[in-house]
Amino acid sequence: MARFAMVIDTVKCVGCMDCVVACKTENKVPEGFNRDWITTDAKGKFPTVQMEIRSERCNHCDNPPCVYCCPTKASHVHDLGGVVLVHHHMCIGCKACLASCPYDARFIHPDGYADKCTFCIHRVEKGLDPACVAVCPTHCMYFGDLDDVESQVSKLLLERKNHALIPEAGTRPEIYYLI
Amino acid sequence: MIELTTTRHNELIDPIVHVWGWEIPIYLFIGGWVAGMMILSGYFFMKGRGKEYHCVCYRIPLLALGLITLGMLALFLDLEHKFYVWRLYTTFAVKSPMSWGAWLLLLLYPTLFIIFLLQVPDWISTRWPILHSWSQKLRSVKAITKIVGMVNIVMGIILGTYTGILLSALGARPLWNSAILCILFLVSGLSTAAAMVHMIAKERAERELLARADNLFLFMELLVLALFFIGLLSSTNVQIQSAMLLLNGPYAAVFWVFVVLLGIVVPLFIQNLAVNHKIIHTPVSPIMVIIGGLILRFIIVSAGQFSHYANAHFIR
Amino acid sequence: MEFISRRKFLKIGGASLAATTAIGNAKLFDSKRATELRQVPTFCDICFWKCGAIATIQDGKLWKVEGNPKDPLSRGRLCPRGSGGIGAHYDPDRLKTPLMRKSVRGEEEWVAVSWDEALGFIADKMKKIKADYGPEAMALFSHGIGGNFLKHMLKAYGSANIAAPSFAQCRGPRDVGFKLTFGEDVSSPERTDIRNAECLVLIGSHLGENMHNTQVQEFGDAIAQDAEIIVVDPRFSVAASKAKYYLPIKPGADLALLLAWMNVLVTENLYNQDYVTKYGFGFDHFVNEILPFTPEWAYPETGIEPDLIRQTARVMARHKPATLIHPGRHVTWYGDDAQRSRAIALLNALMGNWGVKGGFYYPVSMDIPGYPYPEYPHSERPKVDNPDNKYPFAHETITNGIREATLTGNPYPIKGWLVYATNLMHALPNEKETIQAIQNLDLMVVIDVIPAEIAGWADVVLPESVYLERYDDLNVEWFREPFTALRQPVIDPPHDQKPNWWIAKTLAEKLDLGHYFPWKDIEEYLSYRINQAGLSYEQLKSEGILLGEKQPIYFSEGVPDVFPTPSGKIEFYSLQLAQAGFDAVPKYTKPPQPPPGYFRLLYGRSPVHSFSRTQSNRILMDMMDENEVWINQDVAGRYGLKSGDYIRLKNQDGVVSNRIKVKATERIRTDCVYMIHGFGHNSRMLKFAYEKGVSDAQLITQYTVDPLMGGTAMNVNFVTLELEA
Repeated sequence: MARFAMVIDTVKCVGCMDCVVACKTENKVPEGFNRDWITTDAKGKFPTVQMEIRSERCNHCDNPPCVYCCPTKASHVHDLGGVVLVHHHMCIGCKACLASCPYDARFIHPDGYADKCTFCIHRVEKGLDPACVAVCPTHCMYFGDLDDVESQVSKLLLERKNHALIPEAGTRPEIYYLI
Repeated sequence: MIELTTTRHNELIDPIVHVWGWEIPIYLFIGGWVAGMMILSGYFFMKGRGKEYHCVCYRIPLLALGLITLGMLALFLDLEHKFYVWRLYTTFAVKSPMSWGAWLLLLLYPTLFIIFLLQVPDWISTRWPILHSWSQKLRSVKAITKIVGMVNIVMGIILGTYTGILLSALGARPLWNSAILCILFLVSGLSTAAAMVHMIAKERAERELLARADNLFLFMELLVLALFFIGLLSSTNVQIQSAMLLLNGPYAAVFWVFVVLLGIVVPLFIQNLAVNHKIIHTPVSPIMVIIGGLILRFIIVSAGQFSHYANAHFIR
Repeated sequence: MEFISRRKFLKIGGASLAATTAIGNAKLFDSKRATELRQVPTFCDICFWKCGAIATIQDGKLWKVEGNPKDPLSRGRLCPRGSGGIGAHYDPDRLKTPLMRKSVRGEEEWVAVSWDEALGFIADKMKKIKADYGPEAMALFSHGIGGNFLKHMLKAYGSANIAAPSFAQCRGPRDVGFKLTFGEDVSSPERTDIRNAECLVLIGSHLGENMHNTQVQEFGDAIAQDAEIIVVDPRFSVAASKAKYYLPIKPGADLALLLAWMNVLVTENLYNQDYVTKYGFGFDHFVNEILPFTPEWAYPETGIEPDLIRQTARVMARHKPATLIHPGRHVTWYGDDAQRSRAIALLNALMGNWGVKGGFYYPVSMDIPGYPYPEYPHSERPKVDNPDNKYPFAHETITNGIREATLTGNPYPIKGWLVYATNLMHALPNEKETIQAIQNLDLMVVIDVIPAEIAGWADVVLPESVYLERYDDLNVEWFREPFTALRQPVIDPPHDQKPNWWIAKTLAEKLDLGHYFPWKDIEEYLSYRINQAGLSYEQLKSEGILLGEKQPIYFSEGVPDVFPTPSGKIEFYSLQLAQAGFDAVPKYTKPPQPPPGYFRLLYGRSPVHSFSRTQSNRILMDMMDENEVWINQDVAGRYGLKSGDYIRLKNQDGVVSNRIKVKATERIRTDCVYMIHGFGHNSRMLKFAYEKGVSDAQLITQYTVDPLMGGTAMNVNFVTLELEA
């Protein structure tokens, strides 16, 4: 079993939004919607400011509330890598999954179904990195299998300090931010 | 000073989640109301109280049938992918309250229909005599009336509780993430149902009985609300922030004035005077209770969507 | 309230335009499964960095553009603008057909015409201008590689008055400052060895927000290698957040800081003595001149504590020669720009990093011969932009010099403008002057892909196909490693747009200059040049990029260590500056300060937009569709403003801006405000971008001309906050 995860180096990330643009074109995300986005988190008082820039998206949680709350099993955990996906043709658009996500990672596609990051599973199945990872100009994003101790993501998480987002929500997110 | 900015701008999500508009609060309110009606009428049938033919409690199942249909219509209107609604009935998702709800709604109709059959109003039985004959058959076995009453009570409790679970299962919204929400909605459903009955009841005895019951439910509602907030306020910072949305935040004015004061305290006071024959009974206070219950659903759904673990747009 | 803008909107006549075939996004984002994929290599044109790209066509429709892994510039990763390149093709507001002004100039009513009619009109006018005023009376403003064939056409016509805002409004002062010091300029792509730098100093350069691909990629490498980063900026930029030392300098005082740093390096003997001894000229004079400029002297100017100045100078010295003080790119700030850039060059020289790893490398290129054209006609008159060599160190044509000549008729009249791919209204300061100059013209032609503001002033607007739909000249790049890249069409233009090479060739033919374009079509031209170099055009077409042999780029690898300055050395003391009456070693003069209640207007770039060229690209606008004005949190509080409020800005000359959103932030000083350049369009043909955000250019009515090279410094405007939005 694989457990796919993304590791993002906030020290290198410049917040250029290339990940967002690449996702939009790769996945034909409609105008006005984002499957991923940039959060800038600045603390302090000028000129002593600390800033963390994060590329954020669906966390493909190990304990995904969006999957549990789905009444039709349209939201599901994919066989490969534990990626959380939506069967568009099974979704009734009840929006429970949108409300259940502490990361607000989902939205309703103009065609009526719940949509979100897929970890570019169509690319991953071909052995490619997700579009956001593949495009990043500062090479600050890594994608891989946490069940493989030899993978780059596993090693990075061992070597570097990191955090995930809103762990207290109990969702066991699979996107990690190196600090 | 913390400056959180995001480049995301998703409809229904940003700047704060607003996935559910009027449809879901209406659905939740009606669900609770119908649950209360089922419990009340179920109780009356089970106990065989108020043998009088035109006791309102025997007639509200028909009203409940109509209301629950309206509620389901509201729910349907909220769906974004309406043509796929049948997908609800191709599977059963154990962990999804909404899946439970979908199947539960299917069971509600026969439950309500049978209790309706126990006491078919004249204007219906004259038009469809077959209903009258079914009714006669059902009532010929006494145990059936009792069992149907019990089943309605149980189903009512499940339905009333379910409307709360629907929200409280969504852990991402701290305001909802409390099991007390189920009890709150159940009690509120009972009080609004009782208010409905004593508003339209013609018999004085029934009216006063239900008004007394309503007073009890309203008092319980106040207690449950207090418990709800105690639970949130004694939890983590995000829960405290979410409670504050209602207690002194953007929703406070509506909450205190329309839910607590005009929806519970004032009607409780009026009805207390009325049942003690200090003033005459008017529809004013039951209407206040019903509107209060409706606003409670709106405010809980709305403030719940505002409450968040880490919202970039959260006012700091 | 006063707007210096075109109030009247462009009315389009002609039935052909009424039935525009805008490609909606619904179509663009078709969710059907892929059936047929085709990939074509090309190079990007959303900015002018020219990154190698591969476009993917899905079922005949443009799907995406990705980096070409063979490309040394992009290393297979495009920047966000490049990744959003398909938006240029699908842009519903792009120019679709040639347009001609229907009535008198200023009425701005348009009629759609054929190419033959449009080009015939232009050719007739150009012939008349040549007959009446001589060929030099035609000028060309051009930006980017797409202008090459138009430049060739105009030179064949007989005019060398060809300018790009990239010199006098952007990097010119930097290149002059470096040329005066090392004898060579920094060029583009910059020859900065960021990825090998151990210490990187950024002065106002906001890498990461300024998204020149290679630079940002190498910036990421430098961060990953724990380079010590020092950032000097009035604004806490993204780069500042990566820095070990952030110096929140008072705007305008950068030269004072540079002098103080050099003072510390010299007085504490921290500079690269071997290097300076070997290559330096006039170092003793330099030392004498630099001695008064102590950190204590600089403190009241810069607001930077003397200890911090010393500490950062020592950090730089510790990593020499792999300490890179970035020369910046858009450096037309305060009017001391060429001298400030020279100070940056000198600071780098003190590190001993020119020609050295972690400093400045020597770019290399492939030897691809040009096309053998007939010689251009000889002109009796010198270029019009710099009469009497007023700006003695300008080594490129000065745009504002051409504008000045158009206004005054001196040294000779300019009667025709061709404007290619540059929105002069947003590029040149004080648009009033540009508008007045245009009134003196007999012919004004704009060739572009979108109807930017400048198009509104044209007599004829020619719609160019976007880069994904056309061939362009070869990119024979000067870079770390030699390579040649091909731009080739990926998809057909959706309407009646034409490539620039076709426009130039067809116009030349109408001007009876057809013999200057002896090739049948551009592929003949391209394949001729590639074949002459002994390379395969077919290979170039299929791979997009041909790599050359690796060549030395550092002194240590065998680059000859010669400096093409008058002394043949690095000129710490510049005799040519002294002879021209300028400071031989830079000196600091305090620029004018904002009056009370005013804030200095600063501007910069967004990673998702290029100048004012991308605000109709719907994908990029989806990332950012308006700019914000950054105001210090405390200042905003004083005005009762919070993030998200809308205000207007009013400059010292009474010009009031559009509405702009406030970003109240701890990331900027209290004496300045900041916005991203390129927004606030008032061309109504740019329907989507119309009046979204504010154009800084509109507020830049004042500018200071750099006395060395004629560049226009633009950070000299002050604004007040108008709360009534």
